Amino acid sequence: MGSIFNLQQIINGIQIGSIYALISIGYTLVYGIIQLINFAHGDFYMVGAYAAYFAVMFSAARKEHPNVLIVLLISMTAGAIVAFLSNRIAYRPLRYKPRLSALITAIGVSMFLEYTSSAIPAIGPSYRAFPQSALIPEHTYKIGHAILSNYQIVNMSVAVVLMVVLTYIVQYTRIGMAMRASAQDKDAARLMGIDIEYIIDFTFIIGGALAGAAGLLTGITYPRINPYMGIIPGLKAFIAAVLGGIGSVPGAMLGSYILGFSEVFGMAINSILGEGIAYAILILVLIFLPQGLLGKKTGEKV
Amino acid sequence: MKRRKTFAVLVSLLLVVALFGTVLTGCSSKTANNNGGSSQKTESEPILIGGVAPVTGPAATYGKSTKQGYEMALEEWNAKGGVLGRKVKLVFEDDKADPTEAANAFSKLINDNHVVAIVGSVTSSCSLAGAPIAQRAGVPMITPTSTNPKVTQVGDYIFRACFIDPFQGTVAAKFVFNNLKARKAGVIYDIGQDYNTGLAEFFKKEFESLGGKIVAYEGYPDGTTDFNTQLTKIIDAKPDVIYSPNYYNDDGLIAKQARTLGFTGPIVGGDGWDSPDLFKIGGDAVNNCYFTNHFSKDSKDPKVQAFVKKYTEKYGEAPDALAALGYDAMNIMLTAIQNAGSTDGAKIKDALKNIDYQGVTGHIKFDKDRNPVKSAVIIKIENGKQVYVTTINP
Repeated sequence: MGSIFNLQQIINGIQIGSIYALISIGYTLVYGIIQLINFAHGDFYMVGAYAAYFAVMFSAARKEHPNVLIVLLISMTAGAIVAFLSNRIAYRPLRYKPRLSALITAIGVSMFLEYTSSAIPAIGPSYRAFPQSALIPEHTYKIGHAILSNYQIVNMSVAVVLMVVLTYIVQYTRIGMAMRASAQDKDAARLMGIDIEYIIDFTFIIGGALAGAAGLLTGITYPRINPYMGIIPGLKAFIAAVLGGIGSVPGAMLGSYILGFSEVFGMAINSILGEGIAYAILILVLIFLPQGLLGKKTGEKV
Repeated sequence: MKRRKTFAVLVSLLLVVALFGTVLTGCSSKTANNNGGSSQKTESEPILIGGVAPVTGPAATYGKSTKQGYEMALEEWNAKGGVLGRKVKLVFEDDKADPTEAANAFSKLINDNHVVAIVGSVTSSCSLAGAPIAQRAGVPMITPTSTNPKVTQVGDYIFRACFIDPFQGTVAAKFVFNNLKARKAGVIYDIGQDYNTGLAEFFKKEFESLGGKIVAYEGYPDGTTDFNTQLTKIIDAKPDVIYSPNYYNDDGLIAKQARTLGFTGPIVGGDGWDSPDLFKIGGDAVNNCYFTNHFSKDSKDPKVQAFVKKYTEKYGEAPDALAALGYDAMNIMLTAIQNAGSTDGAKIKDALKNIDYQGVTGHIKFDKDRNPVKSAVIIKIENGKQVYVTTINP
């Protein structure tokens, strides 16, 4: 049992949880405002990873050392632009159509991004090695028998900072108030003088930028990227968001860490059955706690 | 209302039946064409050989090398005047290392292109998807690189140019036990691939029968990027070596994460390690690692040296084992067609059974299960370069 519940496995759980959290925060934010499960969110994350890849390759070609903050900015901008365009082109025309149409469109946008990227020769469908050490070289620290890397610290702190900043924006700023108002009642919000479409654009831009940042961080942590890299993490992040209560930013964070730990301990006990634990949790949550851990009870919306 | 519904159901049923009918007759007429038609073609028309390999997707570098091997063999035959006095032409399909795509590729080559034989595919899962289609149509197939034993068990039209997983897993276990003096080994493998599970299983069996101990045996699902949980468990059990019989893009990440977790011993793999991308992903972490392979470009054999020289001149890179196997597989198939004196599937199959061919990956003769009996080489990775260690005979 020593190799199952030890400090290293806890660190591994935090690591996976942080990666899920980076994606699920953006997921849940978009859902909170327009009740759209944006399946393309995982692909915004892929776009962010490729933007970072090209930025690093570009500076390597010019024999310069890439600046991490500039690369981060490029990833976030790329994610934001793709998210903004998906909203304007695909989701906006369906705003007052049945919610199912928007959901199916989201799957379409997701596939469009995956297959278009793999058709573009510069990206291509094959794996590419992410130039990890050109950006941030890896350092490890020993804590007892366990090993912690600087990537794990970066991922976790970025996830925490993003959660705090977003909670602040949503709860304590004017635009956040407008976001919450639009989430509650679009028509009433419009009558109060809120430009709903502006708020939704803003939400998508923030969500896309977050996904872009997550793409860069996973690229650094797991230096292997391809156009389909967003599918599984996107799905897991969605499960984490549902578990935490979809629409709630702290909930997404909590859900991500619970999911990360369950997966790690599940796989440590039995590596083959462990993987299924994420899906088992989703099913159990949907049966017994459909609003999630920190979600609001909204029975009437069903 | 009710009557209308019944009518609708009836019409749709009829449509389905009609559709099935056309599909079935369509298929049977095509197979008939294929069996009779190809040999009746005029002398001037080229002989069509189907080629399948994953030139895109998770095994893309395998596919690229293999395809270059096919093409080089084909060009050499054409330069010598072709096969049976006719030119040979490659009809190539990419299966993206996806079994569904592979099945489509095989069907397309057989039913639409009417190829006389197929060389492919690369990964075991894809060859297993394609083999039953070739067997049913009576089209001889040789896979250059699929090492899972089940592939040739599909039927008597299916051959391969490489050794099989039991041999590769067994050789790895012998090498680890005898040469590296390891007594405790941990195994990490992809549970979604026939190749990986096969190698892991045979390694475990042989290592234990030699008296070694498997201290951890951990699987992971397809598409995993974080192996830390499994590796933590393995490293906690203090193995002398880790056996990672997976594809290069996973092996690179596994090596990297194992090194981060403090494992300094050798990591050993199979021929799936043979890719230039292994170093790009794994970096320094893949140093002090070994793998079993079909071919080493450092071999002293003049035939190998001539091949390496010609290939390097043509493609600007040294051949890996997949290129060598692709080249050998295509040569075996074309030699068999030449020996058969016909493009008839059954005759080519009989010629393949009796083939005796000296290739760049060794001397090839088939046993009764249509698997070649040949040797394996052990390669060590030092400073990002492959270094030949030893050859192990069956």
